[in-house]
Amino acid sequence: MKVGVVTFPGSLDDVDAQRAVRIGGNEAVALWHGDADLKGVDAIVLPGGFSYGDYLRCGAISRFAPVMDAVVEAARAGMPVLGICNGFQILCESHLLPGALIRNDHRRFVCRDQLLRIENNRTPWTAAYEQGQEVRIVLKNGEGGFVADAETVARIEGEGQVVARYLEVNPNGSVADIAGVTNERGNVVGLMPHPEHAVEELTGCGTAGLGFFTSLAERAFA
Amino acid sequence: MPKPEILDPQGKAVQGALPRLGFTGVTDVRQGKRFELEIEGEVTDTVLAEVEKMAETLLSNPVIENYTVLVEESVER
Repeated sequence: MKVGVVTFPGSLDDVDAQRAVRIGGNEAVALWHGDADLKGVDAIVLPGGFSYGDYLRCGAISRFAPVMDAVVEAARAGMPVLGICNGFQILCESHLLPGALIRNDHRRFVCRDQLLRIENNRTPWTAAYEQGQEVRIVLKNGEGGFVADAETVARIEGEGQVVARYLEVNPNGSVADIAGVTNERGNVVGLMPHPEHAVEELTGCGTAGLGFFTSLAERAFA
Repeated sequence: MPKPEILDPQGKAVQGALPRLGFTGVTDVRQGKRFELEIEGEVTDTVLAEVEKMAETLLSNPVIENYTVLVEESVER
């Protein structure tokens, strides 16, 4: 599959995400924030970083980048979209995902190898995992606290829209230890930790993140 | 402003700093943002509605923030 990775001004992890896409067995296509053209891709990754310097709110300005009109339209039509960290923030600001991400409750930037439980393996990004599988991947964020009103939290818990949950410690004050969520349709996934940094033994804390990039193929051949 | 039910870590940091500086009696601090928009011509209801739309779409995130729009006369600078 052709997987587009969008580069915004201030994206940091776009090249790592492209690499992870290739290691996962898919073709990576570089997409540019100022270009409304999705270049015929089958899926999209919004990578981590500090797009537009996190000005106004994280993801608030990127949401209105020309490429995002096309991404939002494609996402609503069912295209798989994965937002990692800043990408997750952009998807929440775009209202493609419920909730929002605010500053960590302890007010410090956090960088650690974080244990997660995959709570929903029915999305195109998590199909390679077992339901309930525990994976350790890198987490690094300053504004990673997932929040939503009680009604929304009850709804997404009830509908199985929580994709991943923090284990051992809650690193940023996220409500109900939520590390990642999906939309009602299940094609759009936002994740605060960084699976693209856990795809090779040489660097990072293992290869447990690879599943997010091999899932697309698994799903296609399932 | 962050909605009352949303944690405000920045406000908490300020609240923690005040007693360290000897300022007492503050029971809560919430930190928000203020945008000053200079408007061309008169602020009619139509213009105001447009500003509300700006606040709703870009300036605030209604999921976590409330906003109020205030009109002030322009001041000679």
